[in-house]
Amino acid sequence: MSALPGLYVHVPFCRGKCAYCDFYSEPSEALAFRWVDAVLREADLYKDLFSRFDTLYLGGGTPSLLSGEDLRRLLTGLRERFHFEASAEITLEANPDDVSPDRASLWRGLGINRLSLGVQSFDDRMLRLLGRRHNASQAVAAVETAREAGFSNLGVDLMWGLPEQTLAHWQSTLERALAFSPEHLSCYELTLERGTPFHQRALRGELSLPSEEESRRIFTTTSRFLETRGYVHYEISNFARGEPFQSRHNRKYWHHVPYLGLGPSAHSFDGRRRWWNVRSVRAYCERLEGGATPVAGEEVPGPDERRLEALLLGFRTREGVPLHLVGESHRVRRAVEAAVADGLLALARGRLRPTLEGWLIADRLPLLFD
Amino acid sequence: MTKIRNFSIIAHIDHGKSTLADRLIQAAGLVDEREFRDQILDTMDLERERGITIKSNTVTLPYVRPNGEEYALNLIDTPGHVDFSYEVSRALASCEGVLLLVDASQGVEAQTLANLYVAMEHDLTIIPVINKIDLPSADVERVKEEIENELALDSEQAVLCSAKEGIGIEDVLEAIVERIPEPRGSVNAPLAALIFDAHYDSFRGAIIACRVFDGAIKAGDRIRFMSNGAVHKVEEVGVFQLRREPRKELKAGEVGYIIAGIKTVSDVSIGDTITLDENPASKPLPGFREVKPVVFSSIYPVSSDDYPSLAAALEKYKLNDAALVYQKDSSAALGQGFRCGFLGLLHLEIVQERLEREFDQSIIMTVPSVQYRFTLDTGETVTVENPQYYPDPVHIKSTEEPFIRASILCPERYMGAVMKLCTERRGENPRFNVPTPGRVEIIFDMPLAEVIYDFYDRLKTVTQGYGSFDYEITDYRQSDLVKVDFLVNGEKVDALSIIVHRDRARSWAVQVCDRLKEEIPRHQFKIAIQGAIGGKIIARSTISAFRKDVTAKCYGGDITRKRKLLEKQKKGKKRMKMVGSVSIPQSAFVAVLKTDKE
Repeated sequence: MSALPGLYVHVPFCRGKCAYCDFYSEPSEALAFRWVDAVLREADLYKDLFSRFDTLYLGGGTPSLLSGEDLRRLLTGLRERFHFEASAEITLEANPDDVSPDRASLWRGLGINRLSLGVQSFDDRMLRLLGRRHNASQAVAAVETAREAGFSNLGVDLMWGLPEQTLAHWQSTLERALAFSPEHLSCYELTLERGTPFHQRALRGELSLPSEEESRRIFTTTSRFLETRGYVHYEISNFARGEPFQSRHNRKYWHHVPYLGLGPSAHSFDGRRRWWNVRSVRAYCERLEGGATPVAGEEVPGPDERRLEALLLGFRTREGVPLHLVGESHRVRRAVEAAVADGLLALARGRLRPTLEGWLIADRLPLLFD
Repeated sequence: MTKIRNFSIIAHIDHGKSTLADRLIQAAGLVDEREFRDQILDTMDLERERGITIKSNTVTLPYVRPNGEEYALNLIDTPGHVDFSYEVSRALASCEGVLLLVDASQGVEAQTLANLYVAMEHDLTIIPVINKIDLPSADVERVKEEIENELALDSEQAVLCSAKEGIGIEDVLEAIVERIPEPRGSVNAPLAALIFDAHYDSFRGAIIACRVFDGAIKAGDRIRFMSNGAVHKVEEVGVFQLRREPRKELKAGEVGYIIAGIKTVSDVSIGDTITLDENPASKPLPGFREVKPVVFSSIYPVSSDDYPSLAAALEKYKLNDAALVYQKDSSAALGQGFRCGFLGLLHLEIVQERLEREFDQSIIMTVPSVQYRFTLDTGETVTVENPQYYPDPVHIKSTEEPFIRASILCPERYMGAVMKLCTERRGENPRFNVPTPGRVEIIFDMPLAEVIYDFYDRLKTVTQGYGSFDYEITDYRQSDLVKVDFLVNGEKVDALSIIVHRDRARSWAVQVCDRLKEEIPRHQFKIAIQGAIGGKIIARSTISAFRKDVTAKCYGGDITRKRKLLEKQKKGKKRMKMVGSVSIPQSAFVAVLKTDKE
């Protein structure tokens, strides 16, 4: 895997707030012009620390909301400041209702070579429940339009574990997505984030969510089903039609490869230090316009912290964690043997890889070895 | 010259002892209205919360009679619970008289009697005080009758007051001065001072509360503790007036404190006699004894690293609570700890709470036990109060357990409920007295083991708070005892073992298995909890494995957050006890001790 750092840009604009989402966004893109300037100013601050990238990821928020002009200024500005490898993976997260033939070809023209489409579901009722702007036919149209525009690396984001969703319903969602043979599939279980309308409704008992057993079954069925259809389950929620189509950018997060995050609430890691920006767009812009840094906090994880991060990240990936990182002590060895015997991990070629059972309790795996 | 009176107040819980003490303090002008807090003497949080006096405090009240005579009235407060009878006896030994406080509507209670007997043993002047006369339910005439009939005291001598309303306080003070004899003793005789209380001050060492019977003591004197011969140099003497007021000396008849830079707190025992090293008294004051614990439990630090700090805390604590005895203990499940002996269950609870609150210790206590006797096939008799040392049942010829004479006083209408409770607790041979119409004293022979656990709580419940309970240990009787062990995934948790009557074994085991099931968090594997007698399983419960714990997304910004969450979980896990591969939280050990909610 490439050890070159990745660049992330947080596009903090959304037309509306989805009922389950706790990412930072602003309801208005009126600030976009100002925001582009601020991002480029921020990029200036890191010209010495970072020079070359082989991935660029425009995430959000809703990056597909950006006007052609703003996007052009942003990408041109970034290219003036940093060198991107010729083969760089350049991803844009897009909402299906923003994908028009014009825009798609504009994106292609700007060098974007990977689209991540926030489809979530092909069921209008579910989409409404989630508070998404698009409907099922827009989702279908978006995928088709992207293909016609020449996107040969297409990711489709889906959500499972939705209220009242059965396994059969979810399988039909997967089938609809597979009809387009996307190179990449993200299958996220609905997570109740504190403070979101969904969380509140769930607390009031208004949502009929799947039981632990049901969601276990959905998870394992999804994995087995997609593997038979030629997808590699390479991270808990991510599937790729072969190695080249794994999200190169996201893999950097999971393998402790440095990344620079620009934009409000973005996080960065230079291989030693982590830092993060203020959340508010206005504060972010004001600070940079005033010549100040938008950094809100930072930390330098110590060796124990690094190890814990490596475990928590590594156990989320198919590659797992090298055994020496887990530990060599007698106690740890015994814990490893127990985890292998319990079918949570598999030991092969000096690496501890999570099984599906292990992935189901991934948040606990790092704690087994302390 | 100032004259002295030494007195104490004895009363049933809730009869208003603390309120009266507060009024006397206020009348003496030691606090002004603004400073006045209710229950000044009950300084521990615990005492205020429970409304009972656990540790005695002492205060010297300046009092000027209407005729201008000046007095120093030493109020020696006594603990208000049957568990502390030894401390009560040492406090009373320091007095010449007592105020016997009786609630004008409740009348004479079992505990009033018990305390009165102690006062009589010490040959003290007894002044009956009828309190709460302002209450609409007050029945002064009936209470006077009870004082005549049950206490055999002259009810015409009773002082009437309402401590709460401040009525009759002057009469109480005058009665103290007029009726309680002046202390005797000679200032010129060798020093003899009785230690009736002590506590630890981290700067000054032991603060000893004592009554000087003979001689005098001042800063610079070398004092000797007569029970162990330890010698210390006095740094300061003085009297308690809510705070310590240094004096030049304390002399025969006076009550006050001694500070002698004593850091080896084990030197100081309540009931011991202090004398001068150079000119010692020929013999100690009477009544010193080693206290005998009846209830035993082990204390372990939640984190084994805290063992040294627990050891230090116990040593300091012991200074203030002579009744606590302890020695080292160890458990495979809980590591190093201490086996402790207590006077009773309340005493146990107080030790637990004070160690946690005042000494900042996080502790786990094991199920309390009494002292059992086993006669082995070799003819040898062994005494066992720790289930760890339960003999091999193959060699046990007979077993015996301590019995008590339990005395319960309650209104007649609760008789049925109390009878049922006592019978459930293996009570035998019921007897009844009717001290006054409408009230009944129920006497049972009962195993001590049946009352140490939650009997008093249950009694309070079934009598809606009207029942009072007192007991004395009478003898050892034959019994059919077994040891119940608990296993978590096949590993014995020795700290949960208990010696119990065979008939009670199963219900206990079922209850503990259920409690553990509630308290032990789910693991990534199934956990079997079993209760067993020897190899025979008598109860079980199962904790299912958690099957799913995974966050859907983890990208750049989530890494720090997720790592911090894991670090927090790791810390929580460190506070748990590992038994095999199962982490058991402290709460599980505590839950096992909780009273059954019915």
